[in-house]
Amino acid sequence: MLTDVELKAKSIEYRETILRIIKQARAGHTGGDLSSVDILNVLYNNILRVSPETFADPDRDRYVQSKGHSVEVLYTVLADRGFFPAQELDTLGQYQSHFIGHPTRSVPGIEQNTGALGHGLAVAVGMALAAKLDRRSYRVYTLIGDGELDEGSNWEASLAASHYKLDNLTVIIDRNGLQITGRTEDVNPLEPLADKFRAFGYAVWEVDGNDTQALIDAFSRTPFETGKPNLVLAHTIKGKGVSFIENAAKWHHRVPTDEEYAIAQRELQQAREQLS
Amino acid sequence: MELGRANLDVFADTVLEIAGQDRDVLVVTSDSRGSGKLTHYGDTLPAQIIELGIAEQNVIGISAGLASAGKKVFATSPACFITARAFEQIKNDVAYSDQPVRIIGISAGVSYGALGATHHSLHDYAALRAVHNITIIAPADNFEAREAIKAIHNIDHPVYVRFGKAAIPHVHGENSTFTIGKAATIRDGHDLTFIACGETVPVALAAAELLAAQGIECRVLSMHTIKPLDEQAIRQAARETGAIITVEEHSIHGGLGEACAAVLMQQGPVVPFRIVGFPDEYMVTGSQKEIFNHYGISADGLAKTARAILG
Repeated sequence: MLTDVELKAKSIEYRETILRIIKQARAGHTGGDLSSVDILNVLYNNILRVSPETFADPDRDRYVQSKGHSVEVLYTVLADRGFFPAQELDTLGQYQSHFIGHPTRSVPGIEQNTGALGHGLAVAVGMALAAKLDRRSYRVYTLIGDGELDEGSNWEASLAASHYKLDNLTVIIDRNGLQITGRTEDVNPLEPLADKFRAFGYAVWEVDGNDTQALIDAFSRTPFETGKPNLVLAHTIKGKGVSFIENAAKWHHRVPTDEEYAIAQRELQQAREQLS
Repeated sequence: MELGRANLDVFADTVLEIAGQDRDVLVVTSDSRGSGKLTHYGDTLPAQIIELGIAEQNVIGISAGLASAGKKVFATSPACFITARAFEQIKNDVAYSDQPVRIIGISAGVSYGALGATHHSLHDYAALRAVHNITIIAPADNFEAREAIKAIHNIDHPVYVRFGKAAIPHVHGENSTFTIGKAATIRDGHDLTFIACGETVPVALAAAELLAAQGIECRVLSMHTIKPLDEQAIRQAARETGAIITVEEHSIHGGLGEACAAVLMQQGPVVPFRIVGFPDEYMVTGSQKEIFNHYGISADGLAKTARAILG
């Protein structure tokens, strides 16, 4: 368990690593990685009951990253948690590396292969349902992008999550408001999103998804209501932490130039100094 | 040939028997327990059936999650929907992720013949053959159906099994064996081999019996496992009988026939060869038997094809 200050320092460190490995690989989903850093940080450092030593334990908590394209943040956090040596991150995107552009189970710590959107929730529902059937106490978390909610499979899976009263399931929406073409509300409007999830049977908790303390508070309160799946509607900023990447759809999968990278490093260093 | 039961009924009985002894077995359905003859199963083992409504993508995705947590899932839904609507879930959530889900395609092929192309599954072998890490099985008769379900009770990797819903003649005798990936010799002969799969096997056997009366002795192989294919049995049949006719309840594109042809073209021997299945056209509708007859999947039709290639 980390203190909030320690978590905030971790988020800066993770953002630096993400930008470094994306720049090195010359590919990556920069915007969505940076919007979800704080969520994965809190989950893996303070919430999930899983570690490299317990990854085969049937009672471990599960995390399924449905927005598979934001894989660099997942690799970064798993490396920091000791699932594999951090230097393996340097192989991202290289010929025959396991560290490819979407999560696969060939990387230690990853539960399920994802990448095609709209798949993670159903798999997470299956995992949570198995826990209920077997009376196990593990919890299941899945992170879904907001643009990803265009996929109808999410809503099918939500029906089942509610029907089977999966209060051991926590669905996190990375609500950064942008998808590759532009604003989600221009591409295929989602609002009123919280109401939609409530109507589908979730207990909904809205939170600043870039505020580590607020995220800890939210995750610590699950189940929000007994017998209902949990939905954390995490309002985030796409590209969070680097001024010129924030809220810019073009940074969905843009790679920083040398100059941009230097500016980003400076900004993150300033954030670290402000923290102390 | 003595008429047996529908393979689907045998599946339902067998999975009930297995599940009764293994609490990790689950049947997952898409409002399809009636079509799958699983109503009795659901009444008998209500804690071991998961109903997901008319949502095939959900059936496969949730089955993958259940399997990852150690459940032995039989995801059961009409073959036409489960292998098309949920194809991406099969490809990614099950095969690519290596979650050992048993996908059961019920009322496969043209079992729902009169309901039209929406309800035909003439694509499933082709689609799934192109997906890495999934075994494809089409049992011929009640024996193969039962043995196939028993054989996949404990598996480490994904498998797809498809059945029809009509009563099927017994093609296996008392001392038969069933091994996934190994063709079963239903009848031996030296003039030609019918390599058939699924519910066309009894038809091929009937054709072989008709031809025997005319002095042509045919081998009949039940190639119940379409992937991985028993290449050795195919090459041996070509070598020993000199001519091959493949028969399947599937499009002629991408199914058993083309799979066998690829083996012989690349490894030899190359022999006279015909693929019997459904042509690339808007299909006629009718009962399974009527559609089979229309496209030459009948004793007479196959005998005619055999005489034509034997010259």
